[in-house]
Amino acid sequence: MTMRYVGLFSGLFLLIVGVGLFMGSPFTVRLMVEAFAFALIAMGLNIQWGFGGLFNFGILGMLMLGGFGVTFISYPVNEAFWVSNGPAMLGLTLLAAVAGAAMIILAHNVQRVGITGKWRGMVIVLAWFVAYILFRSQMDPAASYIISQSGWVGGLGLPVLLGWAFGGLLAAGIGFFVGKVSLGLRTDYLAIATIGIAEILRAVIKNVEWLTRGTLTVSPIPWPVPNPQTFQSWGYDPASSFIYARLGFLLVVVGVVVVALFLIHRAYNGPWGRMMRAIRDNHVAAGSMGKDVTRRQLELFVFGSALMGIGGAILVSFVGIYDPSSYQPIHHTFVIWVMLIVGGAGNNFGALLGGLLIYIVWMLSEPLAQALFQTLSNFSSDMGWGAIPDISSRSVQMRVFVLGLVITVALRFAPKGLLPEFVRRHD
Amino acid sequence: MNELVFFFNQVVIGGVVLGSIYALGAVGITLIFGILRFAHFAHGDMMTLGGFITFILAAIVAGFGIAFPLPTGFVVLPLAMGIAAVLALGIDKGFYAPLRARGAKPVTLLIASIGVTMMIQGLIRLFFGSSTRSFFDGEPKKLIRIDLPFEGVTRPISFTEPQLLLVVLTAIAVIALHYFLTRSRLGKGMRAMADNADLARVSGINTRLVVRVTWVIAGALACMAGAMLALDVSLKPDLAFNILLPIFAAAIVGGLGHAYGAIAGGFLLGFAETLAVFNWAVLLRPFRAALPDWFEIPGSLALVQSEYKLTVAFIILVVVLLVRPTGIFKGAST
Amino acid sequence: MSLVELRNVQAGYGGAPILNGVDIAIDASDIGVIVGPNGAGKSTTLKAIFGLLKVSEGTVSFDGQEITNWEADRLVPLGLSFVPQEHNVFTSMTVHENFEMGAFTRRDDLSDSLEMVYEMFPDLKAKRRQNAGELSGGQRQMVAMGRALMSKPRLLMLDEPSAGLSPRYMMEIFEQVVKINKAGVGILMVEQNARQALAFASKGFVLASGQNRFTGTGRELLDDPDVAKSFLGG
Repeated sequence: MTMRYVGLFSGLFLLIVGVGLFMGSPFTVRLMVEAFAFALIAMGLNIQWGFGGLFNFGILGMLMLGGFGVTFISYPVNEAFWVSNGPAMLGLTLLAAVAGAAMIILAHNVQRVGITGKWRGMVIVLAWFVAYILFRSQMDPAASYIISQSGWVGGLGLPVLLGWAFGGLLAAGIGFFVGKVSLGLRTDYLAIATIGIAEILRAVIKNVEWLTRGTLTVSPIPWPVPNPQTFQSWGYDPASSFIYARLGFLLVVVGVVVVALFLIHRAYNGPWGRMMRAIRDNHVAAGSMGKDVTRRQLELFVFGSALMGIGGAILVSFVGIYDPSSYQPIHHTFVIWVMLIVGGAGNNFGALLGGLLIYIVWMLSEPLAQALFQTLSNFSSDMGWGAIPDISSRSVQMRVFVLGLVITVALRFAPKGLLPEFVRRHD
Repeated sequence: MNELVFFFNQVVIGGVVLGSIYALGAVGITLIFGILRFAHFAHGDMMTLGGFITFILAAIVAGFGIAFPLPTGFVVLPLAMGIAAVLALGIDKGFYAPLRARGAKPVTLLIASIGVTMMIQGLIRLFFGSSTRSFFDGEPKKLIRIDLPFEGVTRPISFTEPQLLLVVLTAIAVIALHYFLTRSRLGKGMRAMADNADLARVSGINTRLVVRVTWVIAGALACMAGAMLALDVSLKPDLAFNILLPIFAAAIVGGLGHAYGAIAGGFLLGFAETLAVFNWAVLLRPFRAALPDWFEIPGSLALVQSEYKLTVAFIILVVVLLVRPTGIFKGAST
Repeated sequence: MSLVELRNVQAGYGGAPILNGVDIAIDASDIGVIVGPNGAGKSTTLKAIFGLLKVSEGTVSFDGQEITNWEADRLVPLGLSFVPQEHNVFTSMTVHENFEMGAFTRRDDLSDSLEMVYEMFPDLKAKRRQNAGELSGGQRQMVAMGRALMSKPRLLMLDEPSAGLSPRYMMEIFEQVVKINKAGVGILMVEQNARQALAFASKGFVLASGQNRFTGTGRELLDDPDVAKSFLGG
């Protein structure tokens, strides 16, 4: 088994070196930064699915939240907003939200005053409706006021690493809520519920222009380390400024991944991890032994979401732009599933390996397909059949196809992944 | 009265059109779930694929210079549905059947369907790019207007020919499906297998045949939905992927595995969406004089902003999942 | 030549085999009853005949033809029929449709078989448009038997048909079993109510740990003091 680890990881290393030789250092370092961020996200999914058996098709929502978190914390302060009436109006909106929430909670408890059954249901629906109207009555004017006066609320201008942490926290908070309401569902229902919640999140983040600038996008989002422009101001030439700046970023990301890996690995091999596996493999038995199954599962869901949020925050600060409309289920949910399934669900190193490998495959499919199409095109024009049109835009699409093929082949021939979960037997 | 006609055009026609699309897709999803017990996430892309097959066939036919009184895309639809059914069978044989043979859990098939969805999406974009196409470049999209014989009504009821065809086709498909499921031997076998797969096997029902029939029906209906959606709006590679979730929502609202529930769920969601974004202020304006002076009719009085139209379906989905995961139609069966 | 014959059958669900060499032979005129303690492999024997789990060794033959590991949709047309112990009706389908499903492999006219089944279970005739899920336990058992008879079987296999039924329904089911047998259908059934079943069995098989322990006529087994002591509760 150890040989398998050494073999696969050294194979991966050789692949990276090869990519570096062919594609150049700036590209490769960029690839590695993003690959490690995705590996972190895959590790988050591994906590949820590999350890807990909890299906999450809403990864995209967690990444968006993480991205928003770092944008909000680290983007410079928008003075125009803070001197306007915006904060006060938002305060009123918050009050309205609290009042609405109180109303809903009261409505859920009307059976204490003797209102039950159908009537209770009607009271609850009515309370939701009134709370919604109340909230909208404050929110809508506040939103249009902020947009007209100051564009949006802006950021807080705090350190980037704090933003990553906040992104993780935000995702964990929403993850708690999502888990709380949906973890009781069967697997396929859970898949659909999580994807539904993620789509709601996506629609909201995309449309709350006063808070996220929506489709207008936010940039430039600062880096935790000196960025290429800083290096250039120090007198480096553009090419090496990119390499050094990205290397610095890579160092930070690898640091985060290593810390996360260390912490998860320790927890997984401790009593906590044993309990988690017991719950996953037989939650009825675990429940009858007095374990609070739902609570443990919620913990896993929240921890996993936190890692996803941090990963999403890292990606946004690296790219330097927060564009809510760039998030797509394929790129930001399904690809991560491919990573985990190919790497090996239930194994942290599997998630790491899968994350890195699949991201490289994902990114290389495009140039490889382009080369292939170019060759075919040259051949067919030599034969007098004409060239293939739009090669570059077509090649981009190949990566979606390639990953689809990879996951179906993996499910069929290596369903446990490249690095299967350890199965310890207690004899 | 003009306002009521506006309401009719926006909500009733819009709801029926959207509901038809949702219903056709949801039936496929629910049948597959009933027979094979997994949530088929590639269904949206099977719809898109159907749209593109229809588009190619229509282009070929138009290339021969043959003209029909109906939209060409509609005329070639039966052939396209046949091709789509064969493709659905091929997808099952290539990607799902081997997993079933190994005894894989339904969730594995669900993940495999994500792989299939990615492959279809990649291939469609590979061959057709990501541009938007229209079935009506070479022929006009007919608009049907019905003037109402009432005093003071100037606004006609209006809808397009593809919308009319869609609703008619959906009605035919639903009735045909109903007769198939309740009258034919194979249809009843399908219901039996959805009810109790082990007992169906014991009864000597050829379960492999039932699985094939399920894919044929689901594939054909997906193609119909995709092609009609493309005729109604336009043909894009992400045509149906974006409505995959409302379709799942419809199937779940109706109770996964219940064909009639899926149809009802589809229309329910279609109407919920159009009602939620309808601007009720329009209906209040004629009563301006009757309303108290302090009451000012807002410019927009919709329950949700139109940006959140799709979100309505998701919210209904999530609420139904949480409150009543077996669907809202108690005792519905198939 | 026996109607159905198992020779040294070993079978299981992949892991350790549950049947370790079972021999059973039944003629068309026989009512065969399999009894034995829990976990002896009684139901497993029926499932092994019906191709519902893998026979790893030994042979199953029907009317001289080897049918080891055949799929159910080939066995039903041949004349085998099986009533599982649980979940043995299509709850969301009407009684009538349940019967039609029993005849799924037949392409000829069903009316005479339907008439026979309704005659056998007159209670069901009035309820034939009702969903089977709405019926009582005893009525469901009748639907299940009726469904199995619709394929015109030559061998009817029943897995604990009296489980969970009141004595009244149990006796009615047993009476029908005898009647079906008189009409020329071989019966092979597993029963918990061993004494009552062996009383009308022409062949009895006592299984334990997946092997034959005693074989004889029903009467012989009832009178055998060893069988009575170990398997019939004294």
